[in-house]
Amino acid sequence: MAGTNTMTKDPILKVDHLSMRFGGLMAINDLSFEAYRGDITALIGPNGAGKTTVFNCITGFYKPTMGMITMRQKAGKEYLLERMSDFEVNRDAKVARTFQNIRLFSGLTVLENLLVAQHNKLMLASGYTVLGLLGFPAYKRAAAQSIEQAKYWLEKANLIDRADDPAGDLPYGAQRRLEIARAMCTGPEFLCLDEPAAGLNPRESLALNELLRSIRKDTGTSILLIEHDMSVVMEISDHVVVLEYGQKISDGNPDHVKNDPKVIAAYLGVEDDEVEEVIEQIEVIAVTAPGDTPK
Amino acid sequence: MANITNTPESAGSNLMARALREAFYAGLVALGLFVLFVGLKTDQNILNELVLVQRWGLLAVFVAIAAVGRFLSVAFIRPYLAERKASKASTGVKEPGFVTRNFSMIAVAVLLVYPPIMVALFGFQGSLKWVDNFGIQILIYVMLAWGLNIVVGLAGLLDLGYVAFYAVGAYSYALLSSYFGLSFWVLLPMAGIFAALWGMILGFPVLRLKGDYLAIVTLAFGEIIRLVLINWTAVTKGTFGISGIAKASVFGIWSFDVSASNNFAKVFGLPMSSAYYKIFLFYLILALCLVTAFVTIRLRRMPIGRAWEALREDEIACRSLGINTVTTKLTAFATGAMFGGFAGSFFAVRQGFVSPESFVFLESAIILAIVVLGGMGSLIGIAVAATLMIGGTELLREMEFLKHIFGPDFTPELYRMLIFGLAMIIVMVWKPRGFVGSREPTAFLRERKSVSGSFTKEGHG
Repeated sequence: MAGTNTMTKDPILKVDHLSMRFGGLMAINDLSFEAYRGDITALIGPNGAGKTTVFNCITGFYKPTMGMITMRQKAGKEYLLERMSDFEVNRDAKVARTFQNIRLFSGLTVLENLLVAQHNKLMLASGYTVLGLLGFPAYKRAAAQSIEQAKYWLEKANLIDRADDPAGDLPYGAQRRLEIARAMCTGPEFLCLDEPAAGLNPRESLALNELLRSIRKDTGTSILLIEHDMSVVMEISDHVVVLEYGQKISDGNPDHVKNDPKVIAAYLGVEDDEVEEVIEQIEVIAVTAPGDTPK
Repeated sequence: MANITNTPESAGSNLMARALREAFYAGLVALGLFVLFVGLKTDQNILNELVLVQRWGLLAVFVAIAAVGRFLSVAFIRPYLAERKASKASTGVKEPGFVTRNFSMIAVAVLLVYPPIMVALFGFQGSLKWVDNFGIQILIYVMLAWGLNIVVGLAGLLDLGYVAFYAVGAYSYALLSSYFGLSFWVLLPMAGIFAALWGMILGFPVLRLKGDYLAIVTLAFGEIIRLVLINWTAVTKGTFGISGIAKASVFGIWSFDVSASNNFAKVFGLPMSSAYYKIFLFYLILALCLVTAFVTIRLRRMPIGRAWEALREDEIACRSLGINTVTTKLTAFATGAMFGGFAGSFFAVRQGFVSPESFVFLESAIILAIVVLGGMGSLIGIAVAATLMIGGTELLREMEFLKHIFGPDFTPELYRMLIFGLAMIIVMVWKPRGFVGSREPTAFLRERKSVSGSFTKEGHG
């Protein structure tokens, strides 16, 4: 399905034959796709299609039942994400994520949230706390620098006026932006956003699009996002992967996906006279796909 | 109504009239309620006959309490509360006063001059009680609670077995000094290190546990340490405990042993008294407390301290940010345990005697209660809570005058725990987040605004 133009692109994340089974439920069934460096890749699909499960496998929160997830950094170093634990995925492989239900440190201030995100860098600078406790200047420099970094992202996310307020006190849209800013403060090469536009009003959605575009432009971070809001998906993504029942049903640029009959069938249902045809197509996928997995 | 243009005087007399009326009704209701319960009592006399005892005086007391209470409540307390509420609403946020702003500085200054003042007031012998029973006792609990605060208040890990580390510290000093004759100044850091080690040993198996499960396992750990101390009689002498523990010296320069040639009193040509040692111990524990506070304040501004607080707020988010929660939890356990160990070795040197009885679960519960009452994470709140709780229960021992009210058989000590519990319930109803419910941010861009307690979490791991 991948056209010749995508073959020339440089994949940053490669998901190969990924399967995830919860007891009797096959949440993801032999999923393979690639996300390309510098692209915004969208992962869409109806409710329960397994999108968040894919995210949790990529970011190390779930151990996949089968399959391989390869992250290739700019410097050429490769990481097999399915073998790493969740915090190593962020620390070493430089993959950051946000959550569908916002997970901020609500009792810490906005600024502190962004400082916590720079933990590993600061830990090193403070000589694993020992030098920092003794008041070494190297740590003071690093701490000042980390505040500058936080300020940069606060300005980008338009949160600089609320920097000293508790994160739990922010309105919903601002919390979403803060979570993205916090993920960016870990210095990722690959950013995974789980429904960043959920619960946002149209104006906030537009602001989010701007933020994501500027993240890609200024830092070169590649983005993978799960989204239901098609105005966001079609507007900003370069590449869309569609899941249904844990399987990929379409993969390509937004226009290609928009006109794919299988995607339309999955989302909207189909005319009565086309039902047979669509069922046939789906059965073909369902029968052939598990056949590929035994290895 | 004609009294729209009410003058304050007529409003006042109205209020009084209403208060008197309501007091009368309250008295009437009380009389109706208690006349049979309290006024009359059936009893057996010496011939096993049923007799009716009349207690009109007691009934009158009940009725009077109800009537007077109602009167005071309507006439004074309610208007006062309403007025305070109104003035609070109108003035908005009040500028904190001089005492509030410099509370910690003033507290440290008061503590520094506390022993000399006590000596001046009560003489050397009389000051012993105030310096030892109150000062040192409270400061030990302040230090323990500050240590536990790192684990419970900052990292949000509920630890019900904290007293185990206190025991480890006390016994490391007691055993190593009596078997190897090492001095306090060598053993103080060693006790801390041992306790930290045990903190890690506890930490490893419980890392996967959360909330109630973690609490139960830490509780069990506390009991294990105590039972080992009881049953390992060959080393710890079991329930007999270890006595005759060497006293601490002033950095080895002056000793407090009566027989030693460099005895403090002898060197300075002072009359012999045990008060010098107690005053020295007071300053020693004060210094240890200040070190604990200083390290805690510094740690909160370090990445590890922020990671602890982040861990309390949301562990999954921490992991998504690349924070190794295993080492973060272990360092919290170890740091908290280390301060418990310091306090333990101080305890051993102060008592001169340790036995497993000092390290029962109740101690853990009291230390935890102090942390919760003070407001988790707040050093000042915890210090205030420790003063009230420990000082308060000590004060109850002194309440001789209560015997004049409740009769000579009344022993206030027996009611200490009852009052302690009651006070805790009242404080928790009045301030559910403890005395200081808000938290101070560790960094700020423009202004330092304290974070309201309604945003912070208690932790669940």
